[in-house]
Amino acid sequence: MTPSEPSPGHEHGASAPSPPSGGEGRGEGAPPRVAAADVSRGDSAPLTPTLSPPKSGLPDLGTNNAELGQARVRVREEGARIQSDYDVVIVGAGPAGLAAAATTAPAGLATLVLDENAGPGGQIYRAITSTPVQKRDILGPDYWQGEDLVARARASGATFVHGATVWSLDRDRQIVVSIGGASHGLFARRVVLATGALERPFPIPGWTLPGVMTAGAAQTLLKASGVIPDGRLVLAGTGPLIWLIAAQILRAGGAIEAMLDTTPKANFRRALAHAPRFVASPYFAKGLALQREVRRKVKVIRGVTALRALGDDALHEVAFARGGGAEEHIAADTLLLHQGVAPNVNLAMAAGVAHRWDARQLCFVPALDADGNSSVPGIAVAGDGAGIGGALAAAERGRLAGMAAVRALASERAPGAAETQAARRALRRAERGRAFLDILFAPAAAFRLPAGDTIVCRCEEVTAAQIAETMSLGVEGPNQLKAFLRCGMGPCQGRMCGLTVSELIAQARGVAPDAVGYYRLRPPVKPIPLKELAEMPQTEAAVNAVVRG
Amino acid sequence: MTRTADAIVIGGGLHGCSTALHLALRGLEPLVIEKDYAGRHASGVNAGGVRQLARNLAEVPLAVASMELWERIEDLVGDSCGFETHGQVLVAESEEELGKLKARVDDLRLRGFTHEELIDRTELKRLLPAVADHCPGGVVSRRDGAADPFRTTQAFRRQAIARGATVAEGVRVTGLKRRGATWHVATDQGEYQAPVVVNAAGAWAGRIAAMVGEQVPLEVIAPMLMITARLPRFIDPVVILRGRKLSFKQLANGTVVIGGGHLAKPYPDENATVLDWGRLAISARTVWELFPVMRSTTIVRAWAGIEARMPDEIPVIGKSDVAEGLFHQFGFSAHGFQLGPGVGALMADLVVTGATNLPIEPFRVGRFAGAADAGS
Repeated sequence: MTPSEPSPGHEHGASAPSPPSGGEGRGEGAPPRVAAADVSRGDSAPLTPTLSPPKSGLPDLGTNNAELGQARVRVREEGARIQSDYDVVIVGAGPAGLAAAATTAPAGLATLVLDENAGPGGQIYRAITSTPVQKRDILGPDYWQGEDLVARARASGATFVHGATVWSLDRDRQIVVSIGGASHGLFARRVVLATGALERPFPIPGWTLPGVMTAGAAQTLLKASGVIPDGRLVLAGTGPLIWLIAAQILRAGGAIEAMLDTTPKANFRRALAHAPRFVASPYFAKGLALQREVRRKVKVIRGVTALRALGDDALHEVAFARGGGAEEHIAADTLLLHQGVAPNVNLAMAAGVAHRWDARQLCFVPALDADGNSSVPGIAVAGDGAGIGGALAAAERGRLAGMAAVRALASERAPGAAETQAARRALRRAERGRAFLDILFAPAAAFRLPAGDTIVCRCEEVTAAQIAETMSLGVEGPNQLKAFLRCGMGPCQGRMCGLTVSELIAQARGVAPDAVGYYRLRPPVKPIPLKELAEMPQTEAAVNAVVRG
Repeated sequence: MTRTADAIVIGGGLHGCSTALHLALRGLEPLVIEKDYAGRHASGVNAGGVRQLARNLAEVPLAVASMELWERIEDLVGDSCGFETHGQVLVAESEEELGKLKARVDDLRLRGFTHEELIDRTELKRLLPAVADHCPGGVVSRRDGAADPFRTTQAFRRQAIARGATVAEGVRVTGLKRRGATWHVATDQGEYQAPVVVNAAGAWAGRIAAMVGEQVPLEVIAPMLMITARLPRFIDPVVILRGRKLSFKQLANGTVVIGGGHLAKPYPDENATVLDWGRLAISARTVWELFPVMRSTTIVRAWAGIEARMPDEIPVIGKSDVAEGLFHQFGFSAHGFQLGPGVGALMADLVVTGATNLPIEPFRVGRFAGAADAGS
């Protein structure tokens, strides 16, 4: 019943909703208790669980600092080469960004792809050109189908800059990007945001303990470095991705003590109405096969509630119940949590793009037309950042956004109606079965709306009880709450608490999250060194050159 | 909700909420009409400086009066507002600058104001051990400090309500008409009436004035601020510069707020601003030079609050020149936060008794008329 992986985003930022690592001096002085790794910047992020190379003979890359240093110099040189304006700037080189580039560049549009990772692929095809995991069946055929997308984008004539963090985009399509420690301003006539998705917050008691991390972060490590968590490993959560990650860990030689499936039983009934379309989708058979594969080797416990991570200085055991049953305990060194992904909205919101609450996907999504155009003229959103649709849908949305850019900037080379229609049909095909998945894997309210001492905002260590108390002062929305409790004001910029806070306030007020809204997000969407900002062009002439219309 | 009030205050910023509180304390039942929510704009997101230091001479008496209220803010609003008094220091970056500061301090003393105190290099280093060595001295105002702006505005709002005021949020004023002795305030949610209207609408105050045909040369501005990651405590007072634009303070949690008046592009109709990173880069460079201890920090967030600036950079306070029963309280030009408590009290006196003991002549709305004529 489990389908293949939805592209869990290649947030051109963090793979998992983790705070920026201190590795490059980007963390706060007193960093939050880091439980998820962020290796998306290619640095040696500290990771709390002990890691070991998989047992199937994969090379352990380790971290070669000299090599890393050279890579940074290379990236900096690349940064110095970029121009001050482009027809199209695409943010993110996952399936959506790759497909968009492969559409705009061949039409003669000067296309720049800015991507935070070390190579193309985004999250789903992360490290596809460099992964040490060369036994193809470990990551599976759905992973390797990204090769074709990468090849076409690379041959398209688009300029790719990796290790590039876009930290500001405004309504005038002025972009500021950090490359190799230097920030550059540039202008785009069209922008395609393909910043993917982030794993949802999973706020349970103890989720900030060392040893607890997101399943996506574990997958990132496997893809990029070929390492799997060491020690006794427990997975908990719901959604297609967690089954895929479980299967990939097993194939790489890892062992899993237990899979705690938190999918609410009532979801099955509700999803049933959408089952026929799902059965007809390509996800159906793949999903079933994945679940069978995992179940053959792992104890799977269904209907898990009351999940808690226990331990003093680090994870020691996982507590849970089956339905309303008595509490049970499993000893564990690593707990991987996952309950689906949500669009990574930070850059789009900071640019002023209007968003709405998607009641089925339980997240904020940008308000877009059929081509992905947002409320801000010239800015389109494609891929999972536009609403979770998976890798195949992401590529089609990227293609459509690319075609719209060509129509706007080079109408004489615009794709014909037939080509556009074909992409739209392909998108519909790729989205078939999505409703079933959304409803079946909708995370339980208990795991979205924490209570008591459970931490909601990890950066500022704000608990659910504090939020409830502050609400009684007449707080109506996340931005007022921010002012009282500082929740969402730490270096992760709300990535790990935004959805939780909006839903908690909506619940307390008895309204839909749409009425409550989300944190007002501002650039920089990722913390930037003061030094880098101080070194940016700042004379009047340079300022005027950067600030156009 | 009642549709009539003793006074209608348009704008739920700190000034509007303060005036409402002080009106309520004098026995009136005022109504605040706010198009968003209290403290949504500059009042809630400014740098929070509580400063008498380096003010325009005309503002000094008001700042001194307001300081009296800040020093018993908890008695006034039932909340500390996060107010702390570690002083504010104006740092001179050259002997020439220090000389000008000395002349200013001497002049203030002749006028009877002693809150500004000239300090030499030794005292500057004692107050600000982390300041760069090129700075020869400065001026300190030791009773100054900082407060939490959103918390302050909310505290005034809560206390105003507790004392009998009504605050209508999410209500936008669309028209203003006086019939007989009554103001009819049209809004997107029906009409309200009161004998008195106070225009405390900040960046939108020019539109309110225009509704009665009073033209004011108000400019909508959005001063930018940045905040850093947490740093070990290295500075207590708030720091400001004169030669370059900078204000600088470390919050209790270790983060540092960097401001100083570089402007974003405001979109007041959309409650939006677009930050200007070329100018924030100037602030970053200034910090880099003035506080070497900051060189390895990161900028976590930046933002801008929308407000009003007058051509002479001092506010409009007092009666309307064209309409009976209309009072203005706007145009604080990026330094109105400290004045909020005190100006609210003087506005209440003005509304209730028709007069105030504070010298507000320099802030009359009519002062721009001649300039406008001369320019046209």
